[in-house]
Amino acid sequence: MSMIINLAYFAAAVLFIVGLKQMSSPTTARPGIIWAGVGMVIATLVTFVHPEVSGGVNYTLIILGIAIGGGLAWWSGKKVAMTDMPQMIALYNGMGGGAAAGIGAIYLLQATPETVSNTGLAIATTGSLIGSVAFSGSLVAYAKLQGLMKKTFHFPGQQVVNIAIFAITVILGFMLATGGGEIGSATLLLFFVLSLAFGVLMTLPIGGADMPVVISLYNALTGLAVGLKGIVLDNPALMIAGIVVGAAGTLLTQLMAKAMNRPIKNILFSQFGGGSGGAEEEIEGTMKEIQANDAGIMMAYAEKVIIVPGYGMAVAQAQHKIWEFTQLLQKRGVDVKFAIHPVAGRMPGHMNVLLAEAGVPYDIIFDLDEINEEFKTADVAMVIGANDVVNPVARTNPDSPIYGMPILNADQAKNVICVKRGKGSGFSGIENHLFYADNNQMLYGDGQKVAAELVASVKALG
Amino acid sequence: MIIEGFIALYIFMLAAFTGYEIISKVPVILHTPLMSGSNFVHGIVLVGTMVALGHATTPLEQAIGFVAVILAAGNAVGGYVVTERMLEMFKTSKKDDKKGDNA
Repeated sequence: MSMIINLAYFAAAVLFIVGLKQMSSPTTARPGIIWAGVGMVIATLVTFVHPEVSGGVNYTLIILGIAIGGGLAWWSGKKVAMTDMPQMIALYNGMGGGAAAGIGAIYLLQATPETVSNTGLAIATTGSLIGSVAFSGSLVAYAKLQGLMKKTFHFPGQQVVNIAIFAITVILGFMLATGGGEIGSATLLLFFVLSLAFGVLMTLPIGGADMPVVISLYNALTGLAVGLKGIVLDNPALMIAGIVVGAAGTLLTQLMAKAMNRPIKNILFSQFGGGSGGAEEEIEGTMKEIQANDAGIMMAYAEKVIIVPGYGMAVAQAQHKIWEFTQLLQKRGVDVKFAIHPVAGRMPGHMNVLLAEAGVPYDIIFDLDEINEEFKTADVAMVIGANDVVNPVARTNPDSPIYGMPILNADQAKNVICVKRGKGSGFSGIENHLFYADNNQMLYGDGQKVAAELVASVKALG
Repeated sequence: MIIEGFIALYIFMLAAFTGYEIISKVPVILHTPLMSGSNFVHGIVLVGTMVALGHATTPLEQAIGFVAVILAAGNAVGGYVVTERMLEMFKTSKKDDKKGDNA
């Protein structure tokens, strides 16, 4: 029997790695997740005959738990809108971290000097700390992105308090790890309470714009916690899957942070926007307005149009109309491309998902590196629902909080049209100098309405 | 015990390199689905929670184990559903080109 179990875990580990590998290319991504899913089902089923799983009540609880947790997640996962995907991933990730912490709690409760080694205890404690932080931190990230928690939360001496709590948690963890299994339940409880509190306190001051990187970081942490639990439980499937995700997640976090030009250290330990501001400088030029009809005709007679979509477009649910507009332009022989900034949307690749949902094929969607040189040759660049990612101050003003962030060179197109709901600054609260540029015209209105008007204006041309 | 001390360290090291290699060639377009997909993969923690609950003896251990199984099942199932939904939507304009060059 144990042979079958070990083979099944081995197969699951292979399927996870193959699945993740396939997920890294758009053409094979779909089979990739299905293979990984097969691995998960095999591993789960075989665990029912695991020698350590026993007791009628425990079986009932396992089945009940899977039914409740799985059922709720299935229902919520099917229902969630594509725009809300980042916070949903944060939520599911937090659950995984919590589960890893739970395994640690049971292990530490059951530990006696005869059954455990100090190494085992140390690994279990570390995994529990990481899992708890990922759990409570992810829940805060979810609450922030879902709009349940709107304000960033600051108080004087916040970092000192955070460091103090972390230090006490580590000391408690050290006591647990060296206690040889004879641990007071009060110490254990305090350890978990402080670990959870640290996750909350660490995440609270981080602004919404940085949240994707934080979610990715917690994803990596959960992977690591799961991997450590794999060592404790002597389960290679958990080990391999957890560590692979931990490493992959760490790299993904670095890639995202790099794309935003925000070192991870700064994201975690300094505050973005919120009050700091920096010196306001005079802006030259004025904002000019254009009507949707004129903008539509301008693009209909252009040779090359680049559309820069942002999260605002998705919030306005304008992506379907924009795709319809794109198809009309393509029929007239206009070369239309989409330019996506790495942080467009709520996290890297989110905008691609939203465009894919509207039916835009991925081969007319380009990354910053691929398309930035092309803006010079574009007749029109239309920015819809994006703001900071096309703000030229990132190139010119060293005092600006976004200085140094790579931006899309929309300002280099012959004409720029910025679709915007109203006057005002973006997510980060920084004034956008592009709006005042000579070649820029503002098209005010709700994204979906504007897109519909653009469609109508091109259709009217016949 | 099937994984002795240093063997665990070797598995750890090789798995870490594997994870790093897999991600290093991913186009930005797939970052979100891939984060979601890796989120699903660590849902394997479900197996761990099943074993932990499986040898729980006291009511407290059973309660913690039960909650852990619910959370882990949520991670695995939720992670799968949202990843699959996202990946389902990716398509190319060249429908006949089955080999699909990813540019």
